[in-house]
Amino acid sequence: MEKIGAVMIAGGGIAGMQSALDLADSGFKVYLVDSSPTIGGAMSQLDKTFPTNDCAMCIMAPKLVETGRHHNIELLTNSSIKDVKGEAGNFTIKVTKTARRVREDKCTGCGICTLFCPIEVPDSYNKGMKLRKAIYVRYPQAVPPTHTIDMEHCIGCGICESQCKANAIEYAQSDEERELNVGAIIVSPGFDEFNLELMRREYGFGLFPNVISSPQLERMLSATGPYRGLVLRPSDGKMPKKVAFIQCVGSRDRSIGNPYCSSVCCMFAIKEAVIAQEHNQGLQAHIFFMDMRAYGKEFDDYYIRAEQEHGILFTRNNRIADVSQDPKTQNLILNYIKDGEMKSEEFDLVVLSVGMVFPKDAKNLAEKFGINLNEFNFCDTDIFNPTSTNIPGIFVAGAFEAPKDIPGTVAQASGAAAHASALVSGQRDTLVVEKTFPEEIDIGGQDPRIGVFVCHCGINIGGVVDVPEVVEYVKTLPNVVYAEHNLYTCSQDTQEKIKQIAQEQNLNRVIVASCTPRTHGPLFQNTIRGAGLNPYLFEMANIRDQCSWVHMHEPDKATDKAKALVRMAVARARLLEPLPKSEIEISPSAIIIGGGVTGMNAALMIAEEGYDAYLIEKTDKLGGIVNRLHYGLRGEDIRKYLTELKSKIDSNDKIKVYLNTTLENFSGFVGNYEAELNVNGNKETLKTGVVIVATGGKEYKPEEYMYGEHDRILTQLEFGELLNEGKVKGKEFVMIQCVGSREEHRPYCSRICCTHAIKNALKIRELHPDSKVYILFKDMRTYGFREIYYEDATREGVLFIRFDNETKPKVSKDGDGIKIEVLDHFIQEDVALYPDYLILSPATLPNEGNYDLAQMLKVPLSKDKFFLEAHMKLRPVEFATEGVFLAGLAHSPKFFNECISEANAAVSRACTVLSKRIMEAYSAISVVDEFKCIGCGTCEEICEYHAPSLVEKGSGKLVSEINKALCKGCGACAVACCNGAITTLHFKNDQILSMVESAAEELKRESSKPAEEAQTGASTSGAD
Amino acid sequence: MAGEASTKPPADSEHHEAQTPPPGEPINLIAFCCNWCSYAGADLAGVSRLQYPPNVKIIRVMCTGRIEPEFLLHAFELGIDGVLVCGCHIGDCHYISGNEKAEVRINTLKKLMDMIGIDSRRLRLEWVSASEGTRFAETVKDFKEQIEKLGKNKIYIAQS
Repeated sequence: MEKIGAVMIAGGGIAGMQSALDLADSGFKVYLVDSSPTIGGAMSQLDKTFPTNDCAMCIMAPKLVETGRHHNIELLTNSSIKDVKGEAGNFTIKVTKTARRVREDKCTGCGICTLFCPIEVPDSYNKGMKLRKAIYVRYPQAVPPTHTIDMEHCIGCGICESQCKANAIEYAQSDEERELNVGAIIVSPGFDEFNLELMRREYGFGLFPNVISSPQLERMLSATGPYRGLVLRPSDGKMPKKVAFIQCVGSRDRSIGNPYCSSVCCMFAIKEAVIAQEHNQGLQAHIFFMDMRAYGKEFDDYYIRAEQEHGILFTRNNRIADVSQDPKTQNLILNYIKDGEMKSEEFDLVVLSVGMVFPKDAKNLAEKFGINLNEFNFCDTDIFNPTSTNIPGIFVAGAFEAPKDIPGTVAQASGAAAHASALVSGQRDTLVVEKTFPEEIDIGGQDPRIGVFVCHCGINIGGVVDVPEVVEYVKTLPNVVYAEHNLYTCSQDTQEKIKQIAQEQNLNRVIVASCTPRTHGPLFQNTIRGAGLNPYLFEMANIRDQCSWVHMHEPDKATDKAKALVRMAVARARLLEPLPKSEIEISPSAIIIGGGVTGMNAALMIAEEGYDAYLIEKTDKLGGIVNRLHYGLRGEDIRKYLTELKSKIDSNDKIKVYLNTTLENFSGFVGNYEAELNVNGNKETLKTGVVIVATGGKEYKPEEYMYGEHDRILTQLEFGELLNEGKVKGKEFVMIQCVGSREEHRPYCSRICCTHAIKNALKIRELHPDSKVYILFKDMRTYGFREIYYEDATREGVLFIRFDNETKPKVSKDGDGIKIEVLDHFIQEDVALYPDYLILSPATLPNEGNYDLAQMLKVPLSKDKFFLEAHMKLRPVEFATEGVFLAGLAHSPKFFNECISEANAAVSRACTVLSKRIMEAYSAISVVDEFKCIGCGTCEEICEYHAPSLVEKGSGKLVSEINKALCKGCGACAVACCNGAITTLHFKNDQILSMVESAAEELKRESSKPAEEAQTGASTSGAD
Repeated sequence: MAGEASTKPPADSEHHEAQTPPPGEPINLIAFCCNWCSYAGADLAGVSRLQYPPNVKIIRVMCTGRIEPEFLLHAFELGIDGVLVCGCHIGDCHYISGNEKAEVRINTLKKLMDMIGIDSRRLRLEWVSASEGTRFAETVKDFKEQIEKLGKNKIYIAQS
């Protein structure tokens, strides 16, 4: 059967969007199908994201818009999958698009209809805490912005139809059947919340008004939520003072059928507690938890800050059994144990940290696609193929695979995209259309005609800055021919509007006054390209991040500052020039640094995508740390997997392996990197398009607990090897967790050690059924389905004793044996153990070589010395430097399956570069004026990138010439040039000075009065 | 401030008067921030809702190494009361060493400023990383207080 260069994605949350963008940017047609009327999924409902407190909508909006406007992504919203036929490479799918009764091609999303609709219904987006109309859009930034008539509630009065200026209402619209022909399928339907109604008896959810769910609190915290960001008690609208969070509601509970851990609720609760305390002054949050599972990158730092800086109270407990209500005050009473005593405490509000369950549609999807579900109705996968279902050609990503956070979801989404595109890589570019922009308008000789769009950003800006006043002010500025304000300038309909107005008004400069150019600049640049304007004719004024958000309590001054910022932008915009685009050729190959399982998977995937892979390993064999692992948590045969992986690599002629090789030097730019290798002492140079950093991590050699002083005190890896060789003899085993992790000098959690300990403990019990195993731990962090094995271990009789940094176990020699003393918190007594083996769970460390490599690649490291990705939530496998990617332990400690997901994800991201062949280059570089240049060579000396070089011109005169591809546009040479011969485009002297002048202008105007007063004062004092 | 005034003989009484800002007259500050670290740090201050005085207006440049001494002098000439230059920490420059170049230039410029009679404390160089929203907000607060103590920029007032 012929393969098809298109992919269908079922589910348009953050996973589906990421897969779609990766694939569409690598030469494939994408159909993104979502049952909801809009894409965006669960992330669209979040206020903030941990551990950076980034505003969820702010970081997601650019992706929403990009997905919505991508010329190779077709959105099929309000749609469901009816039938699937075919096989890997060629599937035929029947999709039914339910009528939304509003025409997508006509609706502008203006929302007039919602103003007039007489029917109000609880808004599910706001978790029922707000009302919406029967004709509605799910959220303000929704993509597509097309409204939908909720036929369940519509009374058919026809008012919306009469009010719609765009004639978009079509009551008679009927469902539409579509048949899609695709080569691969990605299933990413997300998750659902555990039904809290089932906990009515225990926690009174739905019964006591002041018991709410964590997603409800999230909506309260959101500026677009029911109370504009304030937390209020549903019973009386008062501000709660004392708020309790109950963890693990619907998770880690076999009695309700969900024994697994939902992975995200601990961090979610901490984040909500921090933000709630910020939003409501005087609010005290108190989190009741079983284990604090802050296992991700810099999560523990966040946890520590929450406790120490924000003063959030944490109480470790068994699950809180029940909540009762004081009928008079509707306050809630919790009973818990603290320091061995039973306590009863009253709270104003109780938040239930609700667990994740399989998506509603799971069984239907499983049936239609023929994919297997696990016992909890999540999609079944194995650790070697974390994004593959049992059906070839059908892949899975996100929370449907297992409960997970956003970066894990995004990594899987890219990983699944890599599998999908590898399957149909031969059909790349067959079904896509080239992105074309209208021919650029020549603005030479025109006076500046500036259009300014000032954003309310919901209430983010408009709640502080008087936006209409800013617009009126802007209209008075020279060369401004048009100014308006928008609720969300980044929304898709506004993009169309900007384009339209630019054309109508013959604008030749466009300014958006909203958030930061770092995230939103490229979006608007693309918009004005659509109107025939060069992208460098765009300018942004940051009146949110650097104005309304930081001067929240001074609205007048913030408004004045916003005016000044826009005025400065106008001053600069007047002087902006169009820059020519230059193109660079891409070498279709990748260097992968690190030959562990992550690097090997990345190399294999690069080859399957059709590109050359150079796999560099510093030791004499592939496999890295996995050479020391034998079996997985579920007994998976890791040795066999590794052998097979090695032979796949050996037999693939697109992969070249370099053993005993290190990177000596690295230069170049995206698409054209040059790596100097030291191969067994010989120099070799490789040219490559992209680089993937997969350098792994290593096991910490403990300096504590007498490690190295006794031959039966071992690390988990050492013990695992011994266990596998059948050399372990003994009856009593003690494991100590967090050895070198979660310490003051190394505060991060190593993520894998709890599960590693459980795995080895279960193995001991299997091999020696009469043995005793103790695990001494701080928190058991067996997140996701790993929890089941923790449960198994408990059932197997493994004993768990908790300690913290103040009550660490003491290890000493007892004759030839080992003695361990530890305080058992539960019985509040010291216990002594005399095990045959003491097994330490040491930290996972970053490689020592990270620093040098980071310097060479010019990429950053985190404070814990792991590599630091471009964005912790949405760009987990790439650096800010274009064409450089990362995966696996190099990023932070993680599991086998997570490493493989990331390896494939890095390849998927890399393919968005490699598939291009020719890429547009950065144009804002430095250029030399030959006539002014005196050939002194200062620029050549000062440039870190060796971009300028002296060349002889016809007359024999030496002048500097800057290599366009090497220049990064930093502007250091322009400042160093003693003759002013170098200009840094887009940051020219006059462009920067115009802003300085404009910033000073305000002073002249505002200070004219006080200056006069000062003079008057002077004369008065003179008279005295 | 009083000490500063008494040690230097006032050129004329107007200068002396102008040093004490009339109540309510705002201090006008600009901050040059590099795109990669400090501008992101300033954004983070926003995301974290850290409040700081609205007197400062940020000008984005790709790198502190792009900042010509001319920009800074011109700012004082136009009446800006204080100029903050914020870049990546040493070793973290996105362009490897742009911040080191800026440091040398600014230190030299400060000497020149003192020579020509602009208090060099009106110019401050700070390293602010993309994760240091707090540091950015604190720096602005502190700088504003310092400039308030120094008073309005004399050069400009003398000119007007």
